[in-house]
Amino acid sequence: MHARLLASTVARILGQLRHDRPTVALVLVMPIVLLTLVKYMFEGNDPVFQRATLVMLGIFPFVLMFVVTSIAMLRERSSGTLERLLTTPVGKLDILFGYGLAFAVAATVQGAVATGLAYWLLGLETAGPVGLVVLIAVANAVLGVALGLLCSSFARTEFQAVQFMPAVAFPQLLLCGLFVPREEMAGWLQAISTVLPLSYSVEALLEVGANTDPTGLMWRDLGIVVACVAGALVLGGLTLRRRSA
Amino acid sequence: MDAAIEIAGLVVDRGGRRVLHGLDLTAATGAVIGVLGPSGSGKTTMLRSVVGVQRVRAGTVTVLGHPAGSRPLRSRIGYMTQAPSIYGDLTVIENVRYFASLYRLGTSAVAEAIDAVGLADHAQRVTRTLSGGQHSRASLACAIVARPDLLVLDEPTVGQDPLLRDELWAYFHDLAAGGTTILVSSHVMDEANRCDELVLIREGVLLHTGTPAGLKAEAGCADLDEAFLTLVRRNEAA
Repeated sequence: MHARLLASTVARILGQLRHDRPTVALVLVMPIVLLTLVKYMFEGNDPVFQRATLVMLGIFPFVLMFVVTSIAMLRERSSGTLERLLTTPVGKLDILFGYGLAFAVAATVQGAVATGLAYWLLGLETAGPVGLVVLIAVANAVLGVALGLLCSSFARTEFQAVQFMPAVAFPQLLLCGLFVPREEMAGWLQAISTVLPLSYSVEALLEVGANTDPTGLMWRDLGIVVACVAGALVLGGLTLRRRSA
Repeated sequence: MDAAIEIAGLVVDRGGRRVLHGLDLTAATGAVIGVLGPSGSGKTTMLRSVVGVQRVRAGTVTVLGHPAGSRPLRSRIGYMTQAPSIYGDLTVIENVRYFASLYRLGTSAVAEAIDAVGLADHAQRVTRTLSGGQHSRASLACAIVARPDLLVLDEPTVGQDPLLRDELWAYFHDLAAGGTTILVSSHVMDEANRCDELVLIREGVLLHTGTPAGLKAEAGCADLDEAFLTLVRRNEAA
């Protein structure tokens, strides 16, 4: 990896986002709309609302960035820009980490807006600081980016890429503790959820919700998520072949 | 003069089909080398092998003294794919600036490249909104901005009006005069006249290499289209 090549790749990807106003608007507005729905769905049942909102603040960026990234990377492939980049001095990891960093920036903006709204307008309350909620949301977004990059190398068309959403994202959504707390799941379901990274970011968020100070468990969970990100990016680099048939 | 490109026994399979059947080729430095042949003859596959993105079954490709695709070559090669491969949601100047930055080049190289392809008036336009010809020239700008020693161009003049095509060919010769080797594919025979060297391929087999004049002399006709047909027939009869 090379700092300068990485930086110009990040700038290029952010430039593409900047030109795509409708997507930016959607990315910023959708979480707010959905969180408002959650608020009214659970009207009168505050503990459920608190839990669902907190968990969803971590899940939005994950799902969204997973989809955005798999399609963005597939476009790099199908438009020929990836093939072209691979003949230039830019490295495979510069490209992959470029996506990771650029979307992390986007996710920070989204996370800050959605979290801010959840606290100040919808009445979300956590024992721990807001900043940690945003930090975990950003880590989740980057997890979505890394898994999206990895999955896109197994897809040939945009149709196939979209199919990875139910295959990779949905099981994690179902088992991460949003619908049923993980402790209450059947043993084998718990076992599956233990190997899914999203379970750890949800656990980390719930730790922030319940404790004033960051707990050791929260830092461990965040560490697991970051390790999964690094692993997925490196694996993505290995599956990205300079030569193709 | 050292050879810019040396291909020996190149065999490539794509999609279960043999596309190149043991190609041999030596190309001189500082020349405009035209790769000509009907569509499906293996031109793109040959160019992809030279830039090092094609998986190769057998044979060697040496470019500027290094194995094709090896690290030292990546800052010395400019490649334009057949379908214009640039970012449709960025402006012309943003695209060219990005590719320039990968080669540690800055503003002056960017302006020069955009100027060379005649897009100075459209530099601030998002490339998705450009016409087909402009789009492909923006893609060309991203290849020449690298100021490479070897420029590999896959059908760069498709969809360009005659005047622009003429200017682009003149520009290619300017670059070659400065020492750049240019490997350019085309399926238009009248462009073959503007190459220093011709490589004719058909169905993955090399039909002929040499100057346009040499080709016409060998086939015994004044027209390149006719010369190509003569060679194809002679080859089939043999």
